[in-house]
Amino acid sequence: MENFFLVISLILGLLILFSLYRGIFGPTVFDRIIGVGFVGSKAMSILVLVGFIYKRIDMFVDISLAYSFLFFISTLVFAKYFQKKGAM
Amino acid sequence: MSIVAALFILGGTFFFATGVIGILRFPDFFSRMHATGKGDTLGIVLLLAGLSLYNLGSGFSLANILVSIKLMLIGVFWFLANPTATHAILRAAFDSGLMPWTKDGQPVLDWPPK
Repeated sequence: MENFFLVISLILGLLILFSLYRGIFGPTVFDRIIGVGFVGSKAMSILVLVGFIYKRIDMFVDISLAYSFLFFISTLVFAKYFQKKGAM
Repeated sequence: MSIVAALFILGGTFFFATGVIGILRFPDFFSRMHATGKGDTLGIVLLLAGLSLYNLGSGFSLANILVSIKLMLIGVFWFLANPTATHAILRAAFDSGLMPWTKDGQPVLDWPPK
Protein backbone atom coordinates (compact mmCIF):
# COMPACT_ATOMS: atom_id res chain seq x y z
CA MET A 1 0.00 0.00 0.00
CA GLU A 2 2.97 2.36 0.56
CA ASN A 3 3.90 2.03 -3.13
CA PHE A 4 0.34 2.93 -4.08
CA PHE A 5 0.53 6.10 -1.94
CA LEU A 6 3.88 6.94 -3.53
CA VAL A 7 2.43 6.65 -7.05
CA ILE A 8 -0.58 8.80 -6.09
CA SER A 9 1.77 11.47 -4.64
CA LEU A 10 3.82 11.49 -7.86
CA ILE A 11 0.65 11.91 -9.94
CA LEU A 12 -0.44 14.84 -7.74
CA GLY A 13 3.02 16.43 -8.15
CA LEU A 14 2.67 16.11 -11.92
CA LEU A 15 -0.75 17.83 -11.75
CA ILE A 16 0.82 20.72 -9.76
CA LEU A 17 3.44 21.06 -12.52
CA PHE A 18 0.71 21.29 -15.19
CA SER A 19 -1.35 23.83 -13.25
CA LEU A 20 1.70 26.09 -12.82
CA TYR A 21 1.44 26.77 -16.58
CA ARG A 22 -1.63 28.87 -15.79
CA GLY A 23 0.28 30.55 -12.97
CA ILE A 24 3.11 31.64 -15.29
CA PHE A 25 1.32 32.44 -18.57
CA GLY A 26 -2.15 33.37 -17.25
CA PRO A 27 -3.60 36.33 -19.17
CA THR A 28 -5.00 38.09 -16.10
CA VAL A 29 -3.83 38.30 -12.51
CA PHE A 30 -6.81 36.21 -11.35
CA ASP A 31 -5.75 33.35 -13.63
CA ARG A 32 -2.40 33.46 -11.88
CA ILE A 33 -4.15 33.31 -8.50
CA ILE A 34 -6.11 30.17 -9.38
CA GLY A 35 -3.06 28.58 -11.02
CA VAL A 36 -1.06 28.99 -7.82
CA GLY A 37 -4.04 28.39 -5.52
CA PHE A 38 -4.51 24.98 -7.14
CA VAL A 39 -1.20 23.99 -5.53
CA GLY A 40 -2.70 24.42 -2.04
CA SER A 41 -5.10 21.49 -2.08
CA LYS A 42 -2.61 19.20 -3.84
CA ALA A 43 0.14 20.04 -1.34
CA MET A 44 -2.23 19.29 1.54
CA SER A 45 -3.08 15.88 0.03
CA ILE A 46 0.62 15.12 -0.57
CA LEU A 47 1.37 15.96 3.08
CA VAL A 48 -1.22 13.45 4.31
CA LEU A 49 0.06 10.80 1.85
CA VAL A 50 3.67 11.38 2.99
CA GLY A 51 2.48 10.87 6.56
CA PHE A 52 1.10 7.45 5.58
CA ILE A 53 4.31 6.57 3.71
CA TYR A 54 6.51 7.40 6.72
CA LYS A 55 3.95 5.86 9.17
CA ARG A 56 3.86 9.14 11.15
CA ILE A 57 0.30 10.17 10.24
CA ASP A 58 -0.42 11.39 13.81
CA MET A 59 2.13 14.17 13.28
CA PHE A 60 1.49 15.01 9.61
CA VAL A 61 -2.27 15.38 10.00
CA ASP A 62 -1.79 18.43 12.25
CA ILE A 63 0.65 19.99 9.77
CA SER A 64 -1.79 19.56 6.89
CA LEU A 65 -4.65 21.01 8.98
CA ALA A 66 -2.56 24.13 9.66
CA TYR A 67 -1.58 24.28 5.99
CA SER A 68 -5.19 24.24 4.83
CA PHE A 69 -6.07 27.12 7.21
CA LEU A 70 -3.14 29.11 5.78
CA PHE A 71 -4.28 28.41 2.20
CA PHE A 72 -7.81 29.63 2.91
CA ILE A 73 -6.64 32.87 4.56
CA SER A 74 -4.10 33.61 1.82
CA THR A 75 -6.69 33.12 -0.94
CA LEU A 76 -9.11 35.52 0.75
CA VAL A 77 -6.31 38.10 1.19
CA PHE A 78 -5.30 37.79 -2.50
CA ALA A 79 -8.91 38.26 -3.59
CA LYS A 80 -9.27 41.39 -1.44
CA TYR A 81 -5.90 42.81 -2.45
CA PHE A 82 -6.32 42.54 -6.23
CA GLN A 83 -9.91 43.81 -6.31
CA LYS A 84 -9.82 47.21 -8.01
CA LYS A 85 -12.71 48.93 -9.73
CA GLY A 86 -12.38 48.98 -13.52
CA ALA A 87 -8.86 47.58 -13.56
CA MET A 88 -9.54 45.37 -16.60
CA MET B 1 -11.26 -2.25 3.61
CA SER B 2 -8.07 -1.21 1.85
CA ILE B 3 -9.63 -2.04 -1.56
CA VAL B 4 -12.49 0.40 -0.85
CA ALA B 5 -9.96 3.01 0.36
CA ALA B 6 -7.92 2.61 -2.83
CA LEU B 7 -11.08 3.10 -4.93
CA PHE B 8 -11.92 6.32 -3.01
CA ILE B 9 -8.34 7.63 -3.46
CA LEU B 10 -8.34 6.85 -7.19
CA GLY B 11 -11.67 8.68 -7.53
CA GLY B 12 -10.23 11.72 -5.78
CA THR B 13 -7.18 11.71 -8.07
CA PHE B 14 -9.49 11.47 -11.10
CA PHE B 15 -11.40 14.58 -10.02
CA PHE B 16 -8.11 16.46 -9.44
CA ALA B 17 -7.07 15.52 -12.98
CA THR B 18 -10.36 16.85 -14.42
CA GLY B 19 -9.72 20.11 -12.55
CA VAL B 20 -6.29 20.44 -14.17
CA ILE B 21 -7.70 19.71 -17.63
CA GLY B 22 -10.32 22.40 -17.04
CA ILE B 23 -7.67 24.92 -15.92
CA LEU B 24 -5.59 24.29 -19.03
CA ARG B 25 -8.31 24.04 -21.68
CA PHE B 26 -11.20 26.37 -20.83
CA PRO B 27 -11.37 29.72 -22.65
CA ASP B 28 -11.83 32.31 -19.90
CA PHE B 29 -11.37 32.94 -16.21
CA PHE B 30 -14.92 32.18 -15.06
CA SER B 31 -15.13 28.74 -16.70
CA ARG B 32 -11.66 27.87 -15.40
CA MET B 33 -12.76 28.79 -11.89
CA HIS B 34 -15.87 26.62 -12.29
CA ALA B 35 -13.75 23.60 -13.23
CA THR B 36 -11.20 23.95 -10.45
CA GLY B 37 -13.67 24.96 -7.73
CA LYS B 38 -15.91 21.93 -8.07
CA GLY B 39 -13.31 19.35 -9.04
CA ASP B 40 -11.03 20.31 -6.16
CA THR B 41 -13.73 20.12 -3.49
CA LEU B 42 -15.01 16.70 -4.53
CA GLY B 43 -11.48 15.35 -5.02
CA ILE B 44 -10.33 16.45 -1.55
CA VAL B 45 -13.39 15.01 0.18
CA LEU B 46 -13.07 11.65 -1.65
CA LEU B 47 -9.32 11.39 -1.03
CA LEU B 48 -9.58 12.19 2.69
CA ALA B 49 -12.51 9.76 3.11
CA GLY B 50 -10.41 7.02 1.52
CA LEU B 51 -7.39 7.81 3.67
CA SER B 52 -9.38 7.80 6.92
CA LEU B 53 -10.95 4.47 5.93
CA TYR B 54 -7.47 3.06 5.32
CA ASN B 55 -6.31 4.42 8.69
CA LEU B 56 -9.21 2.69 10.47
CA GLY B 57 -8.33 -0.57 8.72
CA SER B 58 -5.24 -1.04 10.93
CA GLY B 59 -7.26 -1.35 14.15
CA PHE B 60 -9.86 0.52 16.20
CA SER B 61 -7.59 1.93 18.92
CA LEU B 62 -8.20 5.40 20.39
CA ALA B 63 -5.27 7.02 18.55
CA ASN B 64 -6.43 5.62 15.19
CA ILE B 65 -9.98 6.86 15.68
CA LEU B 66 -8.67 10.32 16.68
CA VAL B 67 -6.50 10.57 13.55
CA SER B 68 -9.44 9.50 11.35
CA ILE B 69 -11.68 12.13 12.96
CA LYS B 70 -8.99 14.75 12.27
CA LEU B 71 -8.78 13.67 8.62
CA MET B 72 -12.54 13.97 8.24
CA LEU B 73 -12.34 17.39 9.95
CA ILE B 74 -9.91 18.56 7.27
CA GLY B 75 -12.39 17.29 4.66
CA VAL B 76 -15.29 19.19 6.27
CA PHE B 77 -13.15 22.33 6.47
CA TRP B 78 -12.27 22.15 2.76
CA PHE B 79 -15.89 21.44 1.92
CA LEU B 80 -16.79 24.80 3.53
CA ALA B 81 -13.66 26.82 2.70
CA ASN B 82 -13.01 26.01 -0.96
CA PRO B 83 -16.39 27.28 -2.27
CA THR B 84 -15.96 30.39 -0.09
CA ALA B 85 -12.52 31.11 -1.56
CA THR B 86 -13.85 30.48 -5.09
CA HIS B 87 -16.70 32.89 -4.47
CA ALA B 88 -14.33 35.57 -3.12
CA ILE B 89 -12.01 35.38 -6.14
CA LEU B 90 -14.93 35.40 -8.59
CA ARG B 91 -16.47 38.42 -6.89
CA ALA B 92 -13.14 40.26 -6.95
CA ALA B 93 -12.70 39.50 -10.67
CA PHE B 94 -16.24 40.60 -11.56
CA ASP B 95 -15.92 43.82 -9.56
CA SER B 96 -12.63 44.53 -11.35
CA GLY B 97 -14.51 44.54 -14.64
CA LEU B 98 -13.65 41.11 -16.06
CA MET B 99 -16.45 39.93 -18.38
CA PRO B 100 -17.42 36.34 -19.27
CA TRP B 101 -16.16 35.04 -22.63
CA THR B 102 -18.64 34.68 -25.50
CA LYS B 103 -18.11 33.23 -28.96
CA ASP B 104 -18.87 36.43 -30.92
CA GLY B 105 -17.17 38.83 -28.47
CA GLN B 106 -20.42 40.55 -27.45
CA PRO B 107 -20.86 41.13 -23.69
CA VAL B 108 -23.53 38.95 -22.11
CA LEU B 109 -24.96 41.78 -20.01
CA ASP B 110 -24.78 45.51 -19.63
CA TRP B 111 -22.42 46.16 -16.72
CA PRO B 112 -22.29 48.43 -14.77
CA PRO B 113 -26.05 49.12 -15.09
CA LYS B 114 -26.90 52.65 -16.12
